[in-house]
Amino acid sequence: MKDHGGTEDRRSWMGILARAPEGRAAACLDAAMARPGFTWLRAPEIGTVMVRGRAGGTGAPFNLGETTLTRCALKLADGTVGHAYIQGRRKADAEVAALCDALMQTEDAARIRRAVIEPLRTEADAARASRARKAAATKVDFFTMVRGED
Amino acid sequence: MYVAVKGGERAIDNAHAWLAEERRGDASVAELSVAQIREQLALAVNRVMAEGSLYDPDLAALAIKQARGDLIEAVFLIRAYRTTLPRFGTSHPVDTGAMACDRRISATFKDLPGGQVLGPTFDYTHRLLDFALAAEGEAPHTPEREADDAAMPRVMDFLNREGLIEEARPSDDVPPDVTREPLAMPADRALRLQVLSRADEGFILGLAYSTQRGYARNHPFVGELRIGTVAVEMDVPELGFAVEIGEIALTECETVNQFTGSKTEPAQFTRGYGLVFGQTERKAISMALVDRALRWEELGEDDVGAPAQDAEFVLYHADNIQATGFLEHIKLPHYVDFQSELELVRKLRREASADADGHQEAAE
Repeated sequence: MKDHGGTEDRRSWMGILARAPEGRAAACLDAAMARPGFTWLRAPEIGTVMVRGRAGGTGAPFNLGETTLTRCALKLADGTVGHAYIQGRRKADAEVAALCDALMQTEDAARIRRAVIEPLRTEADAARASRARKAAATKVDFFTMVRGED
Repeated sequence: MYVAVKGGERAIDNAHAWLAEERRGDASVAELSVAQIREQLALAVNRVMAEGSLYDPDLAALAIKQARGDLIEAVFLIRAYRTTLPRFGTSHPVDTGAMACDRRISATFKDLPGGQVLGPTFDYTHRLLDFALAAEGEAPHTPEREADDAAMPRVMDFLNREGLIEEARPSDDVPPDVTREPLAMPADRALRLQVLSRADEGFILGLAYSTQRGYARNHPFVGELRIGTVAVEMDVPELGFAVEIGEIALTECETVNQFTGSKTEPAQFTRGYGLVFGQTERKAISMALVDRALRWEELGEDDVGAPAQDAEFVLYHADNIQATGFLEHIKLPHYVDFQSELELVRKLRREASADADGHQEAAE
């Protein structure tokens, strides 16, 4: 197994795969290449994660509530291992995320980055920017009436 | 006495079959899809996620459909489903300071960096029924404006610069978890915040309102209210680093409360905190007020005997699933219990009338 990316890079692509809307990563991957064979190390399973907050936003942690999570791990024919931890109950998406995570560590990394990771990042950025523009349009512009003798 | 305990299966099956038909309603009216509920009844979905204490909009929408819109029944379904799932871990505490805000307002500072952003709010609407919604229309269009990527610093940080507000110092304490350990008193603030965040909105609203009306009044201002999405990260042991698993929408409310000082603390502002899943601002504000009222002891305030100061009263009655479970069980068969009560009342009356007869005889 070759490591073509550092931890930060891997954290970044795993996050992008996790945040992709349902079916979107699969569409990108299938348009780019035929899916390689793999064996399950851990078939997709659904559970929860306890989400924590902090009192006052910055203080002592407390348990806020859980969110659903799907995780899986697989191994490509060359032994490369891919993991997925994605929010929601999405076994098909988790499989694709783990597959892409594995492929990003192989010779196919550049191809997956171009066909899957970068488009998903662009779409996520666009969605976020669109919401930010709508929010900006609701920002209050105060008019201050100047009064008095001076 | 023998009381029949079997029977009723056919009646129950038929009742549930009728329930299914009533749930569907008039078959000539199009059926609601779960996606429609998720997208168009989003605030009901948010409430079910918050009180069900499980963030999953699709599941909450399904629960609302199954419960025919009874939100407490929907919360019940979510809580029951949650218990069937294994827990894979715990997230890092979410960073609400880095929230991508849809809404961010302050009632204490007009000109704050990042500005007053109203977001998709009911505030300033006229609360007049909009009959246009009864007709099918085009999807509405939202105006946009260039967004500066400036961060939205916490309002609390301004007050902090002058040392006028109590600080929320970070710690790495492992908080208690009410889903793993039964609630026990005394409850520390971390436990109280967990219980309040999943508490019944109506109950918490009523308690918060009671503090405003004078039962443990604490002069709250909404220092900051923000609604938006934050990233959720968790450690993955097999990788040895944390990964982002997705984003959740949250509502956060920080109140600033007058505090005249105590023997140990100078006069300053204190804080109440609310953090709730989804766009749920009434609940988040209520939570912040009740959180602040419950902090009386730690801040050296007087116990004025107000309900909102009584942690045991608040926390043991805030959970609508516990409450409805115990409340609704009294409608289920209690034939044996009642038979024994009936026997007791008859016996007491027999004895009373025998006594009365005895007195009468003695008087004669």
